[in-house]
Amino acid sequence: MKILVCISNVPDTTSKINFTDGDTKFDTNGVQFVINPNDEFGLTRAMWFKEKQGATVHVATVGEATVEPTMRKALAIGADEGIRINAAPTDGYYVAEQLAEVVKNGAYDLVIAGRESIDYNGGMVPGILATMLGMNFVNTCINLEIEGDTATAIREIDGGKETVKTALPLVIGGQKGLVEESDLKIPNMRGIMMARKKALNVVEPIEGTKATQDVSFDKPAPKGQVKLVDSVDELVDLLHNEAKVI
Amino acid sequence: MSIIVYTESENGKFKKSAFEVASYAKAVADQMGTSVTAIAVNAPENSDLGSYGVDKILNVTNDSLHTFNAEAFAKTIAQAVEKESAKVVVVGSSANSKFLAPILAAKLKAGYVPNVVAAPDSTEPFKVKRTAFSNKGFAHTEISTDIKIVGVSNNAFGLKENQAEASVEDFSPELGDGDFSVKSVDIDKVAGKVTIADAEVVVSGGRGLKGAENWGMIEELADVLGAATACSKPVSDMGWRPHGEHVGQTGKPVAANLYIAVGISGAIQHLAGVSASKTKVVINNDPEAPFFKAADYGIVGDAFEIVPKLVEKLREFKAQNA
Ligand SMILES: Cc1cc2nc3c(=O)[nH]c(=O)nc-3n(C[C@H](O)[C@H](O)[C@H](O)COP(=O)(O)OP(=O)(O)OC[C@H]3O[C@@H](n4cnc5c(N)ncnc54)[C@H](O)[C@@H]3O)c2cc1C
Ligand SMILES: Nc1ncnc2c1ncn2[C@@H]1O[C@H](COP(=O)(O)O)[C@@H](O)[C@H]1O
Repeated sequence: MKILVCISNVPDTTSKINFTDGDTKFDTNGVQFVINPNDEFGLTRAMWFKEKQGATVHVATVGEATVEPTMRKALAIGADEGIRINAAPTDGYYVAEQLAEVVKNGAYDLVIAGRESIDYNGGMVPGILATMLGMNFVNTCINLEIEGDTATAIREIDGGKETVKTALPLVIGGQKGLVEESDLKIPNMRGIMMARKKALNVVEPIEGTKATQDVSFDKPAPKGQVKLVDSVDELVDLLHNEAKVI
Repeated sequence: MSIIVYTESENGKFKKSAFEVASYAKAVADQMGTSVTAIAVNAPENSDLGSYGVDKILNVTNDSLHTFNAEAFAKTIAQAVEKESAKVVVVGSSANSKFLAPILAAKLKAGYVPNVVAAPDSTEPFKVKRTAFSNKGFAHTEISTDIKIVGVSNNAFGLKENQAEASVEDFSPELGDGDFSVKSVDIDKVAGKVTIADAEVVVSGGRGLKGAENWGMIEELADVLGAATACSKPVSDMGWRPHGEHVGQTGKPVAANLYIAVGISGAIQHLAGVSASKTKVVINNDPEAPFFKAADYGIVGDAFEIVPKLVEKLREFKAQNA
């Protein structure tokens, strides 16, 4: 089985968000970038397939040279080879088109992407990618088993779970649950050393569609002071008469 | 040319979000000087849609669509878009809508913008305001493709009544076996329980509650408020509560009218996912807990004392206001 894990390079979850250039750009100053958490769960599940079922695991990203440390980390976790499509990932449709080219050329059986990137929260790349390629697609995937050509997946739905069966080739949008938090791998020294020797191939983008563009940004209005109350009577009164939510 | 809106239903009944997306579609239609066409799948009692500005209902009756299937639903909507020559499609933010929207985007070669919180800034160019960075910011995003898909956030635009005479037309999508190649084999869902996505009130517990055995009072509080229950990430990681209840940046987003956080410190990743809620109440025994800075109302004190009292008070309140 040949697996491609799509890696989105995102600001660390603790990052403070600021905008620059007249609020037209995300300010990356002082921001630490990491593997998108949803992709980290997917990558760890891919390592499980590699160990238990002998899969080959590649990682791909659409991004400029600055994303290489994140890709090296993915290689250190255990991916065999990396691919970087050398373009700024400004639009989900465009990113999906670029990844579709990689998937076609690499004849992957399984593409593991995340439910969403935690930066722009698009939640669209895996679904667009799957549809462009005519591959099956399961979103918000919290469990995945593969036997031969058959995949059994559990996806999170509002208020519960759904088990689905489908066939490879398959794209999933994964999230926590795919593996447990405690299974996440922190790269060790040996992994980091080995990652330096692994191939991280750079390919130039194909011509693509820019379907959307973020024109400007702003931040939510600052929060007013919290009202501290001493009793539940007062709280219920405020919720009813002031906030009008009960 | 009309605006197409996918109005979601479950067991033949529209979700509240269906009326919200219809209200949104009506606002876009007014801006563009056109009408609203809704797609209702296996929801034959659909006259209520007219109250939210829907002019025409494409009534789909199809046994193979009783269970949600993203590919088949996306294809159904795509065929309706073609039939109506629609240029704008409005969908919601449920797990199912977020599953089908990207498929639809690829089928229609359409730009898709999710998490939209307001009527378009402008329709030429077509520009919408959406949340980004897990609610830490907003982006104003232009869609430049011929067909545009807007995913509306829950509870952001609200319900706007707008009486219209909705005409009903039967619509039969052409679907084949290939559209059902992802097959549902089991759905595990507690019937009758409010989900985090649909709830107006969410009651959430954190590590401050010390253990799974103490969730009884959280459930009671949720029960009296008709609320959904949620939890912080470590609570689900430790298995005190199911993963599906984990809310925050890496869990489910919450955009409720009222969010009550009990024994939750208010870490940045937690706040990112719940801050779209309108009113936030924090119960925590540490006055320095960061959540107090992000809350509207707070009680500093021991949850084990306060929550049972609050449940009792709310029961009284309900009895009086029934
Ligand atoms: C990549 C990443 C992603 C993450 N994503 C999420 C996410 O999506 N959602 C999420 O929630 N977290 C997330 N986290 C974890 C987050 O950083 C915090 O660790 C977590 O939110 C803390 O959970 P908590 O508030 O329940 O626990 P704690 O931080 O331990 O807080 C417990 C609180 O309970 C209070 N308390 C204790 N006893 C009582 C009592 N008797 N009565 C009242 N109050 C009491 C304490 O004062 C304290 O404030 C993420 C972390 C990382 C690194
Ligand atoms: N620039 C990118 N390069 C590679 N994969 C990406 C990129 N952006 C998004 N993805 C993948 O698509 C998933 C969903 O991202 P998004 O649609 O941006 O929310 C991510 O979790 C990744 O797996």
